[in-house]
Amino acid sequence: MSVTALKEAPQTPRRTPAEVVRLARPKTPVAARARAALHWFAVSVLPPLVVAALLLLLWELLCRGAGATLPPPSRIWADSKDLIVDPFFVAGPQDIGLGLRVLVSLQRVAVGFGLAAVVGVLLGALVGQSVWAMRGLDPIFQMLRTVPPLAWLPLALAAFRDSSPSAIFVIFITAIWPIIINTAVGIRNIPQDYRNVAQVLRLNPIEFFWKIMLPSAAPYIFTGLRIGIGLSWLAIVAAEMLTGGVGIGFFIWDAWNSSRLPDIIVALVYIGVVGFVLDRLVAAVGGFVTRGTAAS
Amino acid sequence: MPAYLQLSQIGKTFTRGAATTEVLKEVSLDIAKGEYISIIGHSGCGKSTLLNIVAGLTPATTGGVILDDREVNSPGPDRAVVFQNHSLLPWLSVYDNVRLAVDKVFSGTRSRAERHAWTLHNLDLVQMGHAKDKRPAEISGGMKQRVGIARALAMEPKVLLLDEPFGALDALTRAHLQDSVMQIHASLGNTILMITHDVDEAVLLSDRIVMMTNGPSARIGEVLEVNLPRPRRRLELVANPTYLKAREAVLKFLHERHRFVEAA
Repeated sequence: MSVTALKEAPQTPRRTPAEVVRLARPKTPVAARARAALHWFAVSVLPPLVVAALLLLLWELLCRGAGATLPPPSRIWADSKDLIVDPFFVAGPQDIGLGLRVLVSLQRVAVGFGLAAVVGVLLGALVGQSVWAMRGLDPIFQMLRTVPPLAWLPLALAAFRDSSPSAIFVIFITAIWPIIINTAVGIRNIPQDYRNVAQVLRLNPIEFFWKIMLPSAAPYIFTGLRIGIGLSWLAIVAAEMLTGGVGIGFFIWDAWNSSRLPDIIVALVYIGVVGFVLDRLVAAVGGFVTRGTAAS
Repeated sequence: MPAYLQLSQIGKTFTRGAATTEVLKEVSLDIAKGEYISIIGHSGCGKSTLLNIVAGLTPATTGGVILDDREVNSPGPDRAVVFQNHSLLPWLSVYDNVRLAVDKVFSGTRSRAERHAWTLHNLDLVQMGHAKDKRPAEISGGMKQRVGIARALAMEPKVLLLDEPFGALDALTRAHLQDSVMQIHASLGNTILMITHDVDEAVLLSDRIVMMTNGPSARIGEVLEVNLPRPRRRLELVANPTYLKAREAVLKFLHERHRFVEAA
């Protein structure tokens, strides 16, 4: 057969009726999603649950004996069941659920931390932007930030002559240092390119603050905020132990004075959970706000 | 030709402690309106410093810059810069990056709708209208540079300053962008001052090529007129004698008379 013969016989496409092949049905998205949820559960939820159960068991075994100084989990459940199952009961002015107490403490943290965030970012911007402010203020900040939160309390009580603003002040003074320092670092790290753009556009200082400084330094600022909220939550419990009121810190102190050890342990769990949630909350807000700020 | 942008006797000395380095010495150049000027030289010869002085980002030690009969010594939107690394703000979309410049320059003179239209118009000019809602991280390097050009054009600058605008791009993308810039220059008639270290780019785009001697104390060594008619087409120029001659002249200047001396 010659080569041309091949060319002369164009293949006519045969039209056979198309056969319908039934394909295996794709997995329904519901099933896939359930599988993903199961996987997430097995990876992220199950391990800590198992470890917690084991720890509780160990604790139960250790504190069961007659000479144990701390109550075992079973006694905590028996004695403080009302605190565990109903966080929001109200049974009198000083006898309220731990959830409500936590809310009172959170309110103080919100005010103190909110003030610290605003003042801290502004001061941090000043220190980061101005060489002279940094030279003058940075050593002072570095010294003051090492002062333990509670050491401020007597001064605050003397100045405000009231416990509630004093507690808020302690939160403020505790949270502000990491916010200032991280903001200042973030602003010092604004790339020169962005500053050049701002100069060519002739952005005024206020526009520069909103349009360049804050977005560019946001990842640093949120690191500072996250450290700050953690420290605030540490400080409020300690401050409330000394100042009284209805906060969760005072509840622990009160329980200690009336020898209700199970209540203290329940309160500790509340504090831990709330601190964890606060940290994740700030991290989540930070992740949302700073999406896309990473330079490329 | 009357000078539109005039660099007169510019000198720049950097002082660090007791050590002083003279980077630029007595650089004078008159640029006419609508002219496309390239500044070429080995790296470290102070060409970027010169551009920054024209932009107002770096103050000159001696001499000065006169633009449209006014001395300029601070940055402003009348001398828009396209930076080598695009310098787009990563937290803003492509549209918002351009809109920021438009809002800043025209907030007093144009309505909101006009500014919106002007932003889109400039994005279309660089063929980036389709990506207006993307963030800089989501587009390619060439596209980022296009947006940078759109942002600069949107300010309606008297002079467009390009600081090695295509230096970080691959050869094909660079050619596309060069064609775009030529088109824009042809239709808008901008006055353009471009820093480059690419000989072909300089010859293809420029009306005049300013060749700098090596630093320290760099000066203008030679100015070469490129007498090629516009519009210029890359492919037709490949064998064009004028093009080849200009190319040869620049290469000879850079590699024979002012060879780059490696720092010892």
